[in-house]
Amino acid sequence: MPTDLRINGKTHQVDLPDDVPLLWVLRDEVGLTGTKFGCGVAACGACTVHIDGEAVRSCQVALSDVWGEVTTIEGLGTPDAMAAIQQAWVEHQVAQCGYCQSGQIMQAASLLAENPAPSDAEIDDVMQGNLCRCGTYPRIRAAIHTAARKMQEA
Amino acid sequence: MTKFSPTRRGFLAGGAALIIGAHLPVGGKMAAKAASGPVSLNAFVRIAEDNTVTVIVKHIEFGQGPFTGFATLVAEELDAEWSQMRAEHAPADTATYQNFAFGIQGTGASTAVRNAFTQMRQAGAAARSMLVQAAAREWGVPEDEITVAKGVVSHAASGQSAQFGELVAAAQDSTPPEEPKLKDPADFVLIGKDVPRLDSADKTTGAAQFTLDVFRQGMLTVAVAHSPWIGGKVKSVDAAAALAIDGVEKVETIPTGVAVYARNTYCAFKGRDALEIDWNLSEAETRSAEEQMDEVAAAAATGEGVVAETYGDLDAAFAGAAEVIEAEYRLPFLAHAPLEVMDGVIENRGDAAEIWMGSQMQTVDQQVTANILGIAPEQVAINTLMAGGSFGRRAQYDSQFAQELAQVAKAGGQGTFKLVWSRKDDIQGAYYRPQAVHRQRAALDETGRIIGWQDKFATESIMGGSAFEVVIQNGVDPFSVEGSIHKPYDFGAFEARWVPTDSKVPHLWWRSVGHSHTAFANEVFLDEVLQAKGKDPVAGRLELLGDKSPRDRRVLERVAEMANWQGVNGSDGKAYGVALHPSYDAHFAYIAEVSEVDGEPRVRKVWVAADVGIAINPDVVKAQIEGGLGYGLSAALFNEITFAEDGQVEQENFDSYRLLRIHEMPEVEIDLAVSSEKPGGIGEAGTPPIAPAVSNAWRVLKGQPVRRLPLVRA
Repeated sequence: MPTDLRINGKTHQVDLPDDVPLLWVLRDEVGLTGTKFGCGVAACGACTVHIDGEAVRSCQVALSDVWGEVTTIEGLGTPDAMAAIQQAWVEHQVAQCGYCQSGQIMQAASLLAENPAPSDAEIDDVMQGNLCRCGTYPRIRAAIHTAARKMQEA
Repeated sequence: MTKFSPTRRGFLAGGAALIIGAHLPVGGKMAAKAASGPVSLNAFVRIAEDNTVTVIVKHIEFGQGPFTGFATLVAEELDAEWSQMRAEHAPADTATYQNFAFGIQGTGASTAVRNAFTQMRQAGAAARSMLVQAAAREWGVPEDEITVAKGVVSHAASGQSAQFGELVAAAQDSTPPEEPKLKDPADFVLIGKDVPRLDSADKTTGAAQFTLDVFRQGMLTVAVAHSPWIGGKVKSVDAAAALAIDGVEKVETIPTGVAVYARNTYCAFKGRDALEIDWNLSEAETRSAEEQMDEVAAAAATGEGVVAETYGDLDAAFAGAAEVIEAEYRLPFLAHAPLEVMDGVIENRGDAAEIWMGSQMQTVDQQVTANILGIAPEQVAINTLMAGGSFGRRAQYDSQFAQELAQVAKAGGQGTFKLVWSRKDDIQGAYYRPQAVHRQRAALDETGRIIGWQDKFATESIMGGSAFEVVIQNGVDPFSVEGSIHKPYDFGAFEARWVPTDSKVPHLWWRSVGHSHTAFANEVFLDEVLQAKGKDPVAGRLELLGDKSPRDRRVLERVAEMANWQGVNGSDGKAYGVALHPSYDAHFAYIAEVSEVDGEPRVRKVWVAADVGIAINPDVVKAQIEGGLGYGLSAALFNEITFAEDGQVEQENFDSYRLLRIHEMPEVEIDLAVSSEKPGGIGEAGTPPIAPAVSNAWRVLKGQPVRRLPLVRA
């Protein structure tokens, strides 16, 4: 039975089995490939998206369980019109291979929505579900602080 | 097996010979004259009418920064403005895009900048000359009165000026200079500056395209069921349940397992889970990792091996020693675990094929694909895509992954197929850093001074049996012994002796290759010996360095200064560990501050003094050091592939193969000693020193020697 999904402000009708993970709905069906597959068991965070603003691992959310509006990295900003948090990411030259960064940024964005000025410890606490193999962690932390400042000034 | 011909000189000699005969092919596939649109001035530089300059990069971009680095080299000599620079991957074309260190097209051994530093500068300088010639013709002025700066070509006397895009069509009629004139390094305006990476915006917005993001018309997604035992083969398969799943199109047995062809990734994985397969284990490894390790240890103890390096009279040193200290060090199998799983897309057109993947060894990938599909290598086009990390994994000497991709295409027939591994395929898929056991011996005189040193170690040959076997000379595989030889210290008498072992578990180079075990075994043993004789780890090392290695001496002195070195014991339960290890023409000294949290080592801070020669982009170099350090720290603390009693790999995902997380990453303070030496390789050199630095601090904290990695064992 076709399901209506709200993604990045648009409605998409998808016709897939109920148990298809949102990750594969986004990537294989809707064509939003910024959300990445890394582990399939919620152990790496590469597939992090927002549902009604809450950061979730899209590999663990079945299509039939999507309870609200989905926001992916593409919905946050674009190369020509980046969100403040993405600008901070560029300012700190965070990305190396870049593969985990969509998930990192989505996780960080939800952190900042709840806690506009997180401490290092609070950042570590919320971000430790997101793996990076390139060792960009110190820059992620710095970029979150910068983004927090920018968003408070704005 | 197909033999390729890597240039032995470049491969073997490490740094010294890497920047060899820089050669600038002006022909190649891309030199056809354009009537309109972007113009290729040579195989590496394309300029469009909108003034954008695209650099064709022969090395894969997977985070280590060749897009930005090579564009910097071209822009420097072209006198371009940074904002007009772009980069893209070169097609598979060995003649034009070979790595001079390998003799084939491929990326690895931290050779990108080292093999192409001059070549890319020449490409930029040649393009500049062609633009200047064009301006001279158009304006009727002498070439030597024309200047170029920040993307603008000018003639001051006549007041004429033009941007690159206005001149590029005419520049096609210019003569490429035979020997393009290069700048004096004193005149560099971009090299040595922190220009922003070219790929940052795309990688920050989800716009960067990786292999997993490639979708083609009519494409099927394929998952392959692999043997749970390494080396197992399919005996029989019952695919009925898989085929009953809506969306599963077909199931084929291929040499490496059973391939499920499906409408999308979800169906492919679900179909694979539904297969019932009997495995033939006659050629499989069915022993535990511990049994395998004991075999390696026995080889280290009793094997004769081959001498990789020796100087002085070792027998006399040990015979006359007042004291001999010995220790054994064991290192486990390691998976690379890049965050993007292995993946590839192939279009089988019968008499030709096209591939999209993060190809790290294009020449070999092209060759094996052609062999399997029964077509000529020239009929295999490869589109290299950015990859989500590699750390060695995407280059296999036998092109393991391209082989499986080609087998999927062969069994699938004409059509387009995306092969996607799961994390379990990756973690259990072998091609590991091989196990290694080092037996270290030091001879000391009555004053406690080291007068003889032997590092006798057993591990599998990295290159043996591969297409790159040519690098093995006099029985010594340089990739297995690197870091054990050419040590910066003067031991008086020295021997590095390597005992090659055999394993059924396919092995691979893993970020820093031989250095990943030799740095640990040597720097930890040295620290133990110094401690046993009551010597300070910094002063003791400086004493051994003497005048032999001035660059290593400088970084060690510098790092001690940075950390305000006061010895190994700190306040509040902290300890400090030192390590010094040069690799890839780069010189590194680390001091790690370690404390104990919940029974585990927690590294709070690492001071890094590095001399990498000319740094094209210091910030990218620093990022690579942070990354190399974090990667090595993950392995030192947590990583180990083990095989259970029945021989099955015990880890399968990040819940059991534990990786470093943000709260476990130390603060990293880096001092890059700027030197005018030729650029060192920076993708790997940051990895080796972290394991010994942390282990040395942990020994101080726990009062127990560290003889085995990882420090935290499951």
